[in-house]
Amino acid sequence: MTSAGPRSRLRGLAARPRRERRARREQRARLRAVQLVVALVALGASILGALLVGAAGLPVSGVLKALADTVPFVHLDSGLSVVEHNVLFELRLPRVLMAALVGGLLAIAGAGYQGVFRNPLADPYLLGAAAGAGVGATLAIVAFSSAPDFAVPVAAFTGAITGVLLAYGLGQVASRGGSGGGGTGTLVLAGVAVANFLSAVQTFLQQANSQQLQRIFAWVLGGVGTADWGQLRMVAPYALIAVVVLLTHGRLLDVLAVGDEEAATLGMSAARVRFLVLLAASLATACAVAVSGLIAFVGIVVPHLVRRLAGGSYRIVLPLSLLVGGAFLELADLVARTVVAPAELPLGVVTAFVGGPFFVLVLRATRRQVDV
Amino acid sequence: MTVLVRGLDVELGGRRVLRSVSMEVEGGSWTAVIGPNGAGKSTLLRAVLGLRDGQGMIAVSGRDVRSMRPRQRARLVAYAPQSPRLPAGMTVFDYALLGRSPYIPHFGRETAHDRSVTAEVLERLDLADLAARTLDQLSGGERQRVVLARALAQQTPVLLLDEPTTALDIGHQQQVMELVDRLRLADGLTVVSTIHDLTLAAQYADRLELLSDGRVAASGPPADVLTRDTIAAHFDANVSVSHDAEGRPLLALERPVRPGEGAAQ
Ligand SMILES: Nc1ncnc2c1ncn2[C@@H]1O[C@H](COP(=O)(O)OP(=O)(O)O)[C@@H](O)[C@H]1O
Ligand SMILES: [Mg+2]
Repeated sequence: MTSAGPRSRLRGLAARPRRERRARREQRARLRAVQLVVALVALGASILGALLVGAAGLPVSGVLKALADTVPFVHLDSGLSVVEHNVLFELRLPRVLMAALVGGLLAIAGAGYQGVFRNPLADPYLLGAAAGAGVGATLAIVAFSSAPDFAVPVAAFTGAITGVLLAYGLGQVASRGGSGGGGTGTLVLAGVAVANFLSAVQTFLQQANSQQLQRIFAWVLGGVGTADWGQLRMVAPYALIAVVVLLTHGRLLDVLAVGDEEAATLGMSAARVRFLVLLAASLATACAVAVSGLIAFVGIVVPHLVRRLAGGSYRIVLPLSLLVGGAFLELADLVARTVVAPAELPLGVVTAFVGGPFFVLVLRATRRQVDV
Repeated sequence: MTVLVRGLDVELGGRRVLRSVSMEVEGGSWTAVIGPNGAGKSTLLRAVLGLRDGQGMIAVSGRDVRSMRPRQRARLVAYAPQSPRLPAGMTVFDYALLGRSPYIPHFGRETAHDRSVTAEVLERLDLADLAARTLDQLSGGERQRVVLARALAQQTPVLLLDEPTTALDIGHQQQVMELVDRLRLADGLTVVSTIHDLTLAAQYADRLELLSDGRVAASGPPADVLTRDTIAAHFDANVSVSHDAEGRPLLALERPVRPGEGAAQ
């Protein structure tokens, strides 16, 4: 091979002075330890804050002691009554953890979708996950009015996955005719078609069963108020798989940013990366919608915030979106349950309230960036 | 490392874009693919990269490119596209580092070696000072060089360049061509480039392939291909052809003589 030439030449010149090695650090967009620590602290602080505040008015010191007591080898008397103890560990803690989990999942799923579609405005519901979950949940609610607790999340999860698979399948079929392997455009259109169709189905089911409207709306508006350990256990394994797959695709999503053809000349199969990331992101979305209904904007707002503050590489955006998304939804849920206490605002309403105006800002900011 | 294309037919959107195209590029040489707009030059490069299906044979170093796995191919052939997509916000260093992708396992990450190769390439292309800049903060000429840097970071023996000098002023055109030529000579690279400027093509290429309407209309050393008649026939242009000291053709556009005007001079 004549390639011995370039290799040996480059290797010979490889040693570089320290000045450049230091400069190189700023040349590369990578997750820095300080960013990770800040995000972790934000998440931890929001979780702690959310544990301390609530309708039951538990004493702060008691809560702190009870939490410390759960650490192995630490024994503290919290002074909480049995009821208070149960409120903390059976109601508040699962809710708080669920808010963090759902927020993190939606944000990282949004980041994944944005990487695949090379569009910062793609959101995790783009391919019909939300509409599919809506049909599933509505079906479960209207089919058995006294269904067991897990019926709605299971049905919503199944619906979300089905919706995405439908969109993906339709996109594949529709793009088969064209040359060049079909782009993401067809897939987005297929997603829009499937989402609209499924929304129509859901509306029909809803209208035909108007006596259940309130339960359906409670689900649609979204929230983590009914979270319990059972739900957490149910989604945790899928959430873990989805997150691990997404976190391992940061570099490949960066490569994908140059487009399918160029990625192919760099030895990467864009179709395979896209499929894996979409699958994982949809799984994350399905986990989130299954237990919390439809919570808008988290998937767009959080990754954008991260991109702005920490950098655009998906090796930064994916992990930080997970953490910041958790913190964001934790705070939103705190607002949801305190602003009109003792009543509660639906969580989806709170995020939409913040997200709507923010979305416009994102749009304005990205309009400037995107055209290359 | 040779590039061999034989009897290549490519159909796009129901149209035959390339018709039994053959081309033979010797290892270490520079071949320029020329031809009018829409002749199929970019399509030919894409076919060599395995990005376009078609009938016929395409071999690099004696191996069929379409039977290679993408990573294998990416270690053999690098490509600088005509209109690359430059992700806004990505730094020059990170962009050039993408060229190392064929050497990184699916779930892996870049090694120190990948980074030093990249830094080295940037140095060679005079881009070291721009390494921390983002792609949206570059001039046209700098962008062209950055795309070249990514291709060079792939360390492939074959380099395919699609119009590497479009949108460059005459000085930068020369700079980029000189650079590629020096790299070719130093590292023994095989270069296939499409190029609009025929004189520029003639100055640097060992051979020209003239594509016209998807067929090879002429091929050979620049002086054989670039004649007044072939250019009139395929580009529909009036040129005068002179030759420099080395015998490479120099083209100049001639204003067609209109009735009633020409006689006055
Ligand atoms: N993806 C495509 N689908 C259909 N036609 C295409 C496609 N790409 C290029 N073409 C057509 O193929 C012909 C050759 O294109 P191209 O190779 O880009 O020409 P050149 O690079 O010589 O200007 C043109 O007529 C162009 O319109
Ligand atoms: Mg072209």
